[in-house]
Amino acid sequence: MTDITWIRASVTAARPRAVGALLRYFRDLDTAEEAFQEACLRALKSWPQNGPPRDPTAWLILVGRNAALDGLRRQGKQEALPPDEVISDLDDAEVPMAERLDGSHYRDDVLRLLFICCHPELPDTQQIALALRIVSGLSVKQIARAFLVSEAAMEQRITRAKARIARADIPFETPGAADRAERLAAVAAMIYLVFNEGYSADDNSARAHLCEEAIRLARLLLRLFQTEPEIMGLTALLLLQHARAAARLDAEGEIVLIEDQDRGLWDGKLIAEGLALIDKAMRHRQPGPYQIQAAIAALHARAARPEDTDWAEIDALYAALERWQRSPVVTLNRAAAVAKLRGPAAALAMIEPLAERLAGYFYFFGAKGALLMQLGRANEARAAFDQAIALANTPAEAAHIRRHLDRLARENASVSR
Amino acid sequence: MLYTILCYNDEDVVWSWSKEEDAAVMARLTAVQDRLVKAGKMGPSLRLLPTTAATTLRKTEDPPLVIDGPFAETKEQLLGFYVVDVAGLDEALDIARELAAANPGGAYEVRPVAVYHPDRRAGA
Repeated sequence: MTDITWIRASVTAARPRAVGALLRYFRDLDTAEEAFQEACLRALKSWPQNGPPRDPTAWLILVGRNAALDGLRRQGKQEALPPDEVISDLDDAEVPMAERLDGSHYRDDVLRLLFICCHPELPDTQQIALALRIVSGLSVKQIARAFLVSEAAMEQRITRAKARIARADIPFETPGAADRAERLAAVAAMIYLVFNEGYSADDNSARAHLCEEAIRLARLLLRLFQTEPEIMGLTALLLLQHARAAARLDAEGEIVLIEDQDRGLWDGKLIAEGLALIDKAMRHRQPGPYQIQAAIAALHARAARPEDTDWAEIDALYAALERWQRSPVVTLNRAAAVAKLRGPAAALAMIEPLAERLAGYFYFFGAKGALLMQLGRANEARAAFDQAIALANTPAEAAHIRRHLDRLARENASVSR
Repeated sequence: MLYTILCYNDEDVVWSWSKEEDAAVMARLTAVQDRLVKAGKMGPSLRLLPTTAATTLRKTEDPPLVIDGPFAETKEQLLGFYVVDVAGLDEALDIARELAAANPGGAYEVRPVAVYHPDRRAGA
């Protein structure tokens, strides 16, 4: 690995902790980001010559803080300086700095940084964009490519989101246990949003990269909160779902359902990590929605062949999940397990009451059509598939349904012949 | 004489590598390992999952306490190890240097083996 690659990896890994600490010092997001940026530029100059510092994160915080303080002084913004005890120590001693920073603050610094991206007033897309920009450090260009919008539009979206959180009060006091739990839950939900944004991408590789980014954020959160079963569950869920990425689309870019996937393409390393985490989480006996979803994904991952899948256990887990999340989407997913266990008629009876609430949901009509097709009710199946195509989110989803329609047309032709 | 080479690095950095970066490092390490295999010096080696997947049994309590996470919270974590069959420390260090050239950053702790059992699973 070249020096530059190594430095880039170190800087990327250090970013959430460093920007989080700088945000605590300066209490201003733009100042913190600019300070980190400056520190990175100096690292690119200094590290290849002097070798990497013993603690890259502490180095970046110290250098970034000093650079920003110089900048503030030059601008004559004396009143913007943080309290004396913070600026009194400006020596370049990396070691004492590292010791002072050691661990204790990072947890809440990183959590705060993630939490400000989850402001309830921010729509999901802005939360994701903000997290990718601030926490992950992706460039506006990279994020714009992932969302298929122009760079200018994304720049504007992020600026608007930042303005909104600047007006809101960023909580700087060290959170109590209840606040911390609330922040963790909000941050977990936001990380899951980032993942889903990548997961729903079909052939857009810039967007598929968001899955890896979400996993990185989840691992980071778990490093900081090692005993939280729901964070283990979230990380396991993302790993187990992402493990199937290479098998989810065929050579033509069309969706391959889990039963038809080539399990040899599943990523064994990600599965091993996911299974290890769900095992750890379950020991705590504090179930939650991420753990349950991860347990479902684990049952799929553990089945060597589709017919080995433990559908009864999956059905039971979905029933448990329904108690946590009263969502028609959960019931719809449960119906897939019910169809395997008790047949398509039972599954259809389960999802029909959801019609009104899922009237705009692609997967509802896709599932309904598939069940009707299995029951030989071709005309109704066709109608459901037509609705699904109208609601498809990606070309791959539409193509998948069109294959069902083609099959119905072929069967119809052979019957009438 | 059997030596272990314990691989320490900042796992936040290592697990931040992209798939391509990871594959590039692994390819370079494999080249070093292949030479060791040919020379008949390569014992077992393994790469560990991140410490977030670790559980520790604290034996200071009775009964021992099971806690989440690695034994020690350190800046660099044990990420894997090699067992190599060498004449002595100098040769073990030479191998560690070769590995270091293929995978910079972190540290290799070189330590002699006291008790060695090969893989004893049936059929392994």
